[in-house]
Amino acid sequence: MARGRRRERDSMVPAAEFSSYYGRPILKKPTWKSPDVPVYLWVGGLAGTSAVVAALGDATGRPALRRSGRLVAAGGALAGTVALMHDLGRPERFLNMLRVIKPTSPLSIGSWILTPFAAFASTAAAAELTGIAPRLGRLAGWGAALFGPPLASYTGVLLSNTAIPAWHEAHRELPLLFASSGAAAGAGAQLLITGLTGAGGRERGPMVRLAVAGATAELVIGEMLEKRLDRIPGDIAGAYRTGAAGRWNRLARGLTACGGLGALLAGRSRVAAIASGAALAAGSLATRFAVFEAGRASASDPQQVVAPQRARLAERGSHSSAEGSWLATENATSPAPRT
Amino acid sequence: MTASIEPGSPVARGERPDAGSTADPTAGLASNVGTPYTTPMSGQTERAAYLGMPGQRPPRLGFFTDTSLCIGCKACEVACKEWNLVPPDTGPSGSHPADLDELRSMDLLGMSYDNSGALGASTWRHVAFIEAEHRTGAAQQGEVRWLMSSDVCKHCTHAACLDVCPTGALMRTEFDTVYVQPDVCNGCGYCVPACPYGVIDIRPGDGRAFKCTLCYDRTKDGLTPACAQACPTESIQFGPLDELRERADRRLAQLHAEGVPEAQLYGRDPDGGVGGDGAFFLLLDEPEVYGLPPDPVVTTRDLPQMWKRAAVAAVGLATAIVGSFLGRR
Amino acid sequence: MIDAKLRGAKVIHIDPRFTRTSAHADLHVPIRSGTDIALLGGLINYVLSEGKEFREYVVAYTNASVLINEDYRDTEDLAGLFSGWNPEQEAYDVTTWAYEDAELAAPSAGLHDVPRPVRRGSSEHHGGAHHKATAGGDRYGSGGPSVSAGAARDETLQHERCVFQILRRHYARYTPEFVEQVCGIPRETFLEVARAITENSGRERTTNWSYAVGWTQHSVGVQYIRAASILQALLGNIGRPGGGILALRGHASIQGSTDIPTLFNLLPGYLPMPAGPLGTSLADYIAPDAGVTGFWGDMPHYIVSLLKAWFGEAATAENDYGFDWLPRLTGDHNNFRTVLDMVEGKVPGYIVAGENPAVGGANARMQRLGLAKLDWLVVRDMACIETATFWKNSPEIESGELRTEDIGTEVFFLPVASHVEKEGTFTNTHRLLQWRHKAVEPPDDARSDLGFFYHLGRIIKERLADSGDPRDAPIHALTWDYPVHGPKAEPSAAVVLQEINGRGPDGQLLSSYTQLRDDGSTSCGCWIYCGVYAEGINQAARRRPVSEQDWVAAEWGWAWPANRRQLYNRASADPEGKPWSDRKALIWWDGTRWTGKDVPDFPPDKPPDYIPPPGAKAAAALAGDDPFIMQTDGKAWLFAPAGLADGPLPTHYEPVETPHHNLLHPEQPANPAAMLYDQPGNRHHPVGSEVFPYVLTTFRLTEHHTGGGMSRHLPYLAELQPEAFCEVSPELARERGLSHLGWATLVTARSAVELKVLVTQRLRPLRVEGRDTHQIGVPWHYGPNGLATGDSANDLLSITLDPNVHIQESKVLTCDIQPGRRPRGPELRALVEDYRRRAGIGS
Repeated sequence: MARGRRRERDSMVPAAEFSSYYGRPILKKPTWKSPDVPVYLWVGGLAGTSAVVAALGDATGRPALRRSGRLVAAGGALAGTVALMHDLGRPERFLNMLRVIKPTSPLSIGSWILTPFAAFASTAAAAELTGIAPRLGRLAGWGAALFGPPLASYTGVLLSNTAIPAWHEAHRELPLLFASSGAAAGAGAQLLITGLTGAGGRERGPMVRLAVAGATAELVIGEMLEKRLDRIPGDIAGAYRTGAAGRWNRLARGLTACGGLGALLAGRSRVAAIASGAALAAGSLATRFAVFEAGRASASDPQQVVAPQRARLAERGSHSSAEGSWLATENATSPAPRT
Repeated sequence: MTASIEPGSPVARGERPDAGSTADPTAGLASNVGTPYTTPMSGQTERAAYLGMPGQRPPRLGFFTDTSLCIGCKACEVACKEWNLVPPDTGPSGSHPADLDELRSMDLLGMSYDNSGALGASTWRHVAFIEAEHRTGAAQQGEVRWLMSSDVCKHCTHAACLDVCPTGALMRTEFDTVYVQPDVCNGCGYCVPACPYGVIDIRPGDGRAFKCTLCYDRTKDGLTPACAQACPTESIQFGPLDELRERADRRLAQLHAEGVPEAQLYGRDPDGGVGGDGAFFLLLDEPEVYGLPPDPVVTTRDLPQMWKRAAVAAVGLATAIVGSFLGRR
Repeated sequence: MIDAKLRGAKVIHIDPRFTRTSAHADLHVPIRSGTDIALLGGLINYVLSEGKEFREYVVAYTNASVLINEDYRDTEDLAGLFSGWNPEQEAYDVTTWAYEDAELAAPSAGLHDVPRPVRRGSSEHHGGAHHKATAGGDRYGSGGPSVSAGAARDETLQHERCVFQILRRHYARYTPEFVEQVCGIPRETFLEVARAITENSGRERTTNWSYAVGWTQHSVGVQYIRAASILQALLGNIGRPGGGILALRGHASIQGSTDIPTLFNLLPGYLPMPAGPLGTSLADYIAPDAGVTGFWGDMPHYIVSLLKAWFGEAATAENDYGFDWLPRLTGDHNNFRTVLDMVEGKVPGYIVAGENPAVGGANARMQRLGLAKLDWLVVRDMACIETATFWKNSPEIESGELRTEDIGTEVFFLPVASHVEKEGTFTNTHRLLQWRHKAVEPPDDARSDLGFFYHLGRIIKERLADSGDPRDAPIHALTWDYPVHGPKAEPSAAVVLQEINGRGPDGQLLSSYTQLRDDGSTSCGCWIYCGVYAEGINQAARRRPVSEQDWVAAEWGWAWPANRRQLYNRASADPEGKPWSDRKALIWWDGTRWTGKDVPDFPPDKPPDYIPPPGAKAAAALAGDDPFIMQTDGKAWLFAPAGLADGPLPTHYEPVETPHHNLLHPEQPANPAAMLYDQPGNRHHPVGSEVFPYVLTTFRLTEHHTGGGMSRHLPYLAELQPEAFCEVSPELARERGLSHLGWATLVTARSAVELKVLVTQRLRPLRVEGRDTHQIGVPWHYGPNGLATGDSANDLLSITLDPNVHIQESKVLTCDIQPGRRPRGPELRALVEDYRRRAGIGS
């Protein structure tokens, strides 16, 4: 009856597209708040790196690095904890995070990293500020240094262990990206502070090297990430290149590149060192915003969900063969096998 | 452990007592559809047999939603909200109302007769309406087709929401359904992006995550979930998952034999990326047409690799910092 | 429907719109609204011209062989009118429609203007203006009008004046091409339908037609059902499993509200309301039916038992059992007439219980203007509906037509108990009474309707206890002694049901209406419900699941009459009493009595070869192969020799408002007998008006309930369909520049409303008379109150009624549609006025 009837697009109940339900997202957008979560991701890298820097500064006789590293680590731990609590729907239940230890939940593991880190870092910072119990402070500093690198890198897992294509498909790169970005941020912060406080070149030297290495790694890994996503159907890389994420990303790359180059070329110039350090820290923050926004955009785009899955099905000849959760047999949260 | 089905119980027989009587013109109906526990005609009168004896593990329970029988009445949506005291919702497009006055600005979404939009914290059953043209069958090609489907939480075998929950608020019940303990959830929101189906969400104003409980408070007492109880056409079927899978296979074979090649089961396969859904579907088109991902995978499948990467990154970071201190200056 | 499909049934859905039902149908047939008689006539013609009728059934069980009066003239002879048309009265004299040699008796109640002895052999009391005004077609009760069983017949069906040949000639022009031209149904689609229904009818198979108000709410609504009846009778689909014509009811217990009626022209059990002045005797009332042939001959038992139920001891043989205490019909008192009288200030008070006429009544603007002229208004509802708030937020207040301070109506809003807060029965489509238990007490001051009316009556009785005024005598005489219980002193619904069931001489509950007597020894509140308390048990409360009994499910609830699940089921067996086929066996003669799966709708011991002796009356006058036992001749009427106000056969008329001319009878576009109430505020559009070029049909949404009192105030339902809208085709959207989810203004001569637009390919233009006809679908639930709001579609409608039962034509009208919102304030009426002027319609 309706055979050959002309389709009137645009101006009617939209004919269901093959790929989506009225263009609606398949996934839910993360309810995580901004800037809480990007800031949390950033301070994790910043504080984690700073704690290691402080410990090594202490060990190698660089008191300025020790002092500022301890303070940044403690301040970051505090800010991260506040950001994390503020992001909860029920902040008064923050401690429920410590009810269980779940390796399947990066946020659980992260809580168990953040908590001792914060304790160590604040103890070290307190010792630094008060001068009381310096040995305890040193011990605590090493404790914080131990938890610092995991704090910087676990946030990559936090994001990639979701269904959001822009995050999940980048799961090989995100921990590396966040760690290197953390290095750049931590080094940048030290450059900034040592520049402001006028610390000597000996204090600054390691930070310049770390800044250049971190910035270089951040840029390279960021590029690798996009290259990988480019190979997946559904224009997932577009999530990083367009919209708010694209703007943050371009800003991050610019700042990081300038900061890295600046640190390398600053020489004795305090101003250049301060500017480079600030650029690196800001670039790192922008990277977190970029990744965060890319995830939000990716969740909203049903094409990014459907296209890769369709391609996967086609590759398998639509025969299903996924092996299921790695925890299927051991973990209590999955159904136990029935006989 | 074994599921505790009494021999000779309605569950074990898998059919109503009168099914198969050739003299009965209604025979055939009962063997095709209908749960042993609830039918529109009979209502539910007894505790379900699946509860079994104390100490025995009950079978895995689930839903089989046969969308070829869905008439789009939305009784499931309303029954779910009534039973679970879920607040009214303007759908994802709207402001979530704090009081009734705000409901006056509810949106007409223009998505056919769907004004709920999607599953969410306050929509645990969602009926999708798809207006399209037939794509298959020479006789029908180009004619109007109107698909309806009641979506729900899939109660995955490998449930990402449950895996990623840092507080243990999300738990697996004795029926292997996935349940959020509202007194534990602290609203961290991790489950939201983890769900490959976009089901669970944080309820604004409340702060906690909510989704279908598979009426845990009813199944515990041997009652059918509210949506299945309310469904007038038995499009939503409830029961032990094994049995639902068998029934779904029969229904699929029947539809294929009747010339409905596009009929397909979704989420039935235990080999799928989430290990099979506790709530699975018979669809009349590709999953994405209904807003379902075609090949969802539980994110935690890749988690070992992620942790390895994180470890590499952490060690790399530490090494890089140490290395930066190795210079002369 | 899903159950039927799962059992292998083929489902065809005929509807102007592609709906949720269409989505599951094997075939959707879009039709131009208001042209169903053309389609059904086409199917009848197909059956007759292809010889597809179930010949043995037709000859034995219908009046196909009966010869009709030689003065009868068909619409085919008189250009769209049947013989007997009286243009002054705008009504038919039905004399010429009579059976040859038939004695036509006036139906009960004497539709006489003046009381006088019934003249046997005269037909003047069927038909005529009074018959039409009092919806006489609705008032023949279960028996239909009385005709003689002794008509002349030609069982070869060859005689040119036999019904079969008249039928053949009447529908000869309803060809597939005609159907295509009128209904917009392509020839191939029509033939697919025709083949499906004929292939699925006969000995082995049956076809069912189910309809809802899409068939009834037309100016020819009754004739739609008649057309389906003719088709089903020709195909042998009445009285047999899987056959029949089912009225799918729109509200719970709407069937119950005609069984025990809320209608102006009926008493319980389809007994006619007495007409004429007070003083007409019971004997006059029952004379036309007393002792006629068929079961309706027992009608005197029913009315006397009813009077005994109402007036108890006060009803005696000496005072005609209180017959004179019943009010008398003096003319047209249907609901719409009452509303128009309200507008004229003739009605002081109005009790509205569970309805929302300010939204749900045709020409809702007139409804509200009427409310504004009342002295007092009682609204009983669960939510504060528009009918209770018309004085402050109606469109007329907004437009300035009415001012709150000028409205003198005193409004009493009373909260009510919902269906889960009270006990009682529902009676739905299949005449099935189902008892409902109370789940919770009603909140606060809410009361059941039963409780309200019981206590209202009790208080009135108390107030009038000392009155000597003769007009209060019925109140004094009324039995009103129901026990009350619970914190709110609710009367017992079970006791009321027992009174309806009826009691015998010693007070015991009766088991069957055959026990009723006209000597005052029995009482019964509704004869068709007699037996619902058989053996002292509330049979309506039975809930044995179908899985524990056979498919007839006789022990679920209770169906009137006598728990029969299929009316006229004698027709499920052949004249010799054997089932037409094993597959379709329902009841049969086992050599000594009728038996089977259902309760036989036939005297259980009357053998198939019984031939009534001359002079037999009532049931005894019907033969052993006369299945339609309520008819005086025991036959299904293909041709209705009396009883209808608009013709003995359904004939295609265009709706009163239509873009198209009547292809069949150009001189007679619409039903000549339709009631138009052409007056200011209720004007109709000219045929083919270019000012109002589009067809509009109203419909309901699953998510809402009628005028919205039970749904638009509930968040869980309101959010599912939050806003008023209209459905248009993409083609119409393009033609008028409408955009999806944008606003549109719809205009008629009555009013203009604004609606959101849903552009959908579920609506499609139909090719009629070689051009596209656009149809617009509008759900009518909405109003300004509650959570889901919008303009009321009924503002657009006129009051236009079918002449037989006075149902409104709300399923088809014409309108204009323009993009954008409607004007506010006085400009709204100016817009409507401008449209009227352009269309050449008076104010």
